[in-house]
Amino acid sequence: MAKTLMKGNEALSEAAIRAGLKAFYGYPITPQNEVPAYMAEHLPLRGGVYLQAESEVSAINMVYGAAGAGVRVMTSSSSPGISLKQEGISYIAAAQLPCVIVNVVRNGPGLGGIQPAQGDYFQAVKGGGHGDYHMIVLAPGNVQEMADLTTLGFDLADKWRNPVMILGDGILGQMMEPVEFAENQEPVNVEKPWATTGAVDREPNIVNSLDIIPEKAEKNMQALLAKYEKIKEEEVRWQEDGTEDADVILVGYGTSARVARSAMELARKEGLKVGLFRPITLWPFPEQRLRELAKPGRKFLAVEMSAGQMIEDVRLAVNGVSPVYLSNRLGGMVPTPEDVLTKTRDIVQGRVN
Amino acid sequence: MKTVFQKPEAMTDVPMHYCPGCTHGIIHRLVAEAIDSLGIREQTIGVASVGCSVFAYDYFNCDMQQAAHGRAPAVATGIKRVRPEAMVFTYQGDGDLASIGMAEIVHAAARGENITVVFVNNAIYGMTSGQMAPTSLLGQKTATSPRGRTVEEMGYPIKMCELLATLDGPAYLSRVSTHDSRHVLQAGKAIKKAFEMQQQKKGFAMVEVLSTCSVNWGMTPANALKWMAENMVPYYPLGVYRDVTAKEGN
Amino acid sequence: MADIIIAGFGGQGVLVLGQMITYSGMIEDKAVSWFPSYGPEQRGGTCNCSVVIADEEIGSPLVTVPTAAIVMNAPSFDRFEPKVGKGGLLIYNSSLINKKSERDDIRAIAVPANEIADELGSARVANMVLLGTFIEATNLIKPESVEKALRAVLSERHHNLIPLNMQALERGRAYQ
Repeated sequence: MAKTLMKGNEALSEAAIRAGLKAFYGYPITPQNEVPAYMAEHLPLRGGVYLQAESEVSAINMVYGAAGAGVRVMTSSSSPGISLKQEGISYIAAAQLPCVIVNVVRNGPGLGGIQPAQGDYFQAVKGGGHGDYHMIVLAPGNVQEMADLTTLGFDLADKWRNPVMILGDGILGQMMEPVEFAENQEPVNVEKPWATTGAVDREPNIVNSLDIIPEKAEKNMQALLAKYEKIKEEEVRWQEDGTEDADVILVGYGTSARVARSAMELARKEGLKVGLFRPITLWPFPEQRLRELAKPGRKFLAVEMSAGQMIEDVRLAVNGVSPVYLSNRLGGMVPTPEDVLTKTRDIVQGRVN
Repeated sequence: MKTVFQKPEAMTDVPMHYCPGCTHGIIHRLVAEAIDSLGIREQTIGVASVGCSVFAYDYFNCDMQQAAHGRAPAVATGIKRVRPEAMVFTYQGDGDLASIGMAEIVHAAARGENITVVFVNNAIYGMTSGQMAPTSLLGQKTATSPRGRTVEEMGYPIKMCELLATLDGPAYLSRVSTHDSRHVLQAGKAIKKAFEMQQQKKGFAMVEVLSTCSVNWGMTPANALKWMAENMVPYYPLGVYRDVTAKEGN
Repeated sequence: MADIIIAGFGGQGVLVLGQMITYSGMIEDKAVSWFPSYGPEQRGGTCNCSVVIADEEIGSPLVTVPTAAIVMNAPSFDRFEPKVGKGGLLIYNSSLINKKSERDDIRAIAVPANEIADELGSARVANMVLLGTFIEATNLIKPESVEKALRAVLSERHHNLIPLNMQALERGRAYQ
C-alpha cells in the first residue's frame, strides 16, 4: 500500500483494525479524540464493535469483559482518563487478559492541561493501579510506529496474556506523517482456550483475579512474576545511534527522543561526540544495554517532558558507573533541540555537577 | 427411586460460603433453574460482582467472569457486544449495583443492553460486615448507621426498579421477594422471564430480588424473613415495573 | 530542509495549507511532518501548524525557529515575525495585515491574498495564493506535486475545485 498522510491517532486506529480488532470501548478526552472518532467511523463497517462508554471506568471494564471473552479489544484515553482506568488495568493484569490500552499523554497532575507531556511514565511502567503487576509499555517515536507498535502490541498481548500500553503523547497523537500499512496483513489468530465463550463440551472457564487463600495467592503471584521475567528476557526493544564513541548519550523516548535526535545533530555539527539511546519498550526497560553502555568518563542525559521519571530507570541501569543528568520541560512545554544542546555542552564542559 | 428434587445442572458442587439463613443460596438456585429450563447453560456467561456474591463464579456451572466492584454491567456489556449469541447475566448486590455501580447500571439500562441482571437487595453490606447500604431502610441500624438511618444525615433509600423505569431502555423490570415459598416461586418465574427477554433480544432485563441478611440484621433467619416481609416489602413494592412484551400482548 | 510555521485565524485554511505542503513533500519522497496547535484556541481564535520538510529522519516536529513562516492575520504576524530565523522567509497576507516587517535579516513578501482570492471568485483560496508564493520563493516543492496532493486530499466530488485552486497557486507565484 502507498504511503498516506495520517495523524498518529488515526494511524494507530487503522493499525488496530487491521490487527483484527473486534471491539473498541472509549470515552472522549483531548488529545486522543481522533481515536474513538476513527473507530466509530470505520470499526463497525469492518467487523467490529464501537461503543462510547459512560466513563473511562466503564470503558476499561468493557475491555475486561471482551478480552475475557477472547477477542482483540482496546481502549484509548489521555492522562486523567487513564488514571480512572487504573482499577480496571490492575484487574486485567491480574486476570491475565490480553488487550491494548492507548495513552495519548497530556500534562498533569490533576486536570493539568491538554498539551503533550510524559508525566505518566511512572504510572505506566511501575504498575499504576494497586498490587504487583506490569503492563508491557511500548513508546512509539513517530506516526509509523504509532501504527506498527499497535500491531505489535496486540501480538504481545496475546502472546503473554498481558495488557499492553501504547504510551504516546499529544504531539505523536496530533501530528501527521507518512505512514504505510502492509498489504494483505492477516491478523495473527491465537487460540484462547481459557476464554469465556460458553462451556460447550468442557469445564467452565473462569476469568478472575480473586484469591483469598494466601498460600494460593502467593503461588499465583510467583507465576505472574515468572512470566514478567520471561518478558524481560524476550521483549526488550530499543534503538541507538552513534553511541559507540559518544561522550554523552542522550536518552529519551517518544517525542523527547525526536528532540534529542535534533539536538544530537546540532551537537555533532559542533564536533561534540553525542549519541542517542531510545527505549522502545519502557517496560521491560532496556536496562541491560544501558548498563553495557555505561563506563567511566561517559555521561548520560535524560530528555523528558516530565519532572524526571525515566531518568530513575536510567540511573538504576547504569548503577552509578556514569553520571545521569536531566534536560526537561514541564506543563505541556516541549523541549527544544537548543535546550538540550545547551545542557549537553554544559555536561561536556563540566559546567554541571 | 423417584427423584423429587435435585441440584440444577447449572450449579456446581462447591459448598457455598453463605451464612446460615441467607437467601443468596435460594436465589442462586433460581438462576440456575432458569438456565436449566431454557437449556442455555453452554451459552451462558455470568458475571460475578463484589460483595457477598463475589464467589458466584464458583457456584454457577457455566463460564464466569469476576468483575470489579460495581462494574459488572460494563463487563457484561463488553462480553455481550462481542458475543451477541451468548446469554450474559450479572449477579449483583445492593452496594455493588445501587451505590458504587450506579453509573454502570443506569447506562446499561439506558442503552437497552441485551443482558440479564439479577439484583439482590438485602438492604445492607454483608461481606464487609454490616455497613449501611444505599437501600438500607430509614431507621435501620447498621455498623455505619448505629443510631438508625436518618433522612437528615443519609438521605433516602434508593428504589432501583422505579428509578430505572424512568428510562426508555429497559425491556423488563421486576421486583420479587424471597420471604416465603410462594414468593420464591414467583421470583423464579421472573428470573426465567428476564433470561427469555435476552433470548428474544428484547433488551435490558433486571429482576430485583429482596433478600435477607439475618447475621448482619441481627436476627434469626425466621425473624429475618418476617422483618423483610413487614418492612422491606412495603417500602419496595413488589411487581412488574416494565414489560415490553406485555405491551405487545404476549 | 525547511522548518515552516503557518498561522492565522481558524477558518482561513491554515491547517490545510500546512497539510498541502506536507502532502506535496511526501509525494516527492521527502521526510515530512505536520503538527497543529490544538485545543480551545482552535475555536474562532488563532491557530497554527508546524511543518518540517527534510531529506532525512525528522527530529522535533515542533518548529520554534522557522526557516519560513506564512502568516495570514495580524496577531500571527506579531507573534511569528520576530521568530523567523536569520536569512529566513516571511510570507504574509497583506489583505489583513497592515504592517511591514522592520527586519533586514529576513526576506519578507507581502501578498494581498484575500483580494486575489476574491478576484478569482472564492475567498476560500486565499491560502492557495500564499502557497503559490511559498513554492516559488523556496523551490521546496513542485506545483505538480501540489496538484497531485489536491487530488489525493479532496474527495472526488470536490475535484472540480482543483482548477480554481491551481489558478490561485499561479497567481501567488507572481509575488516575489
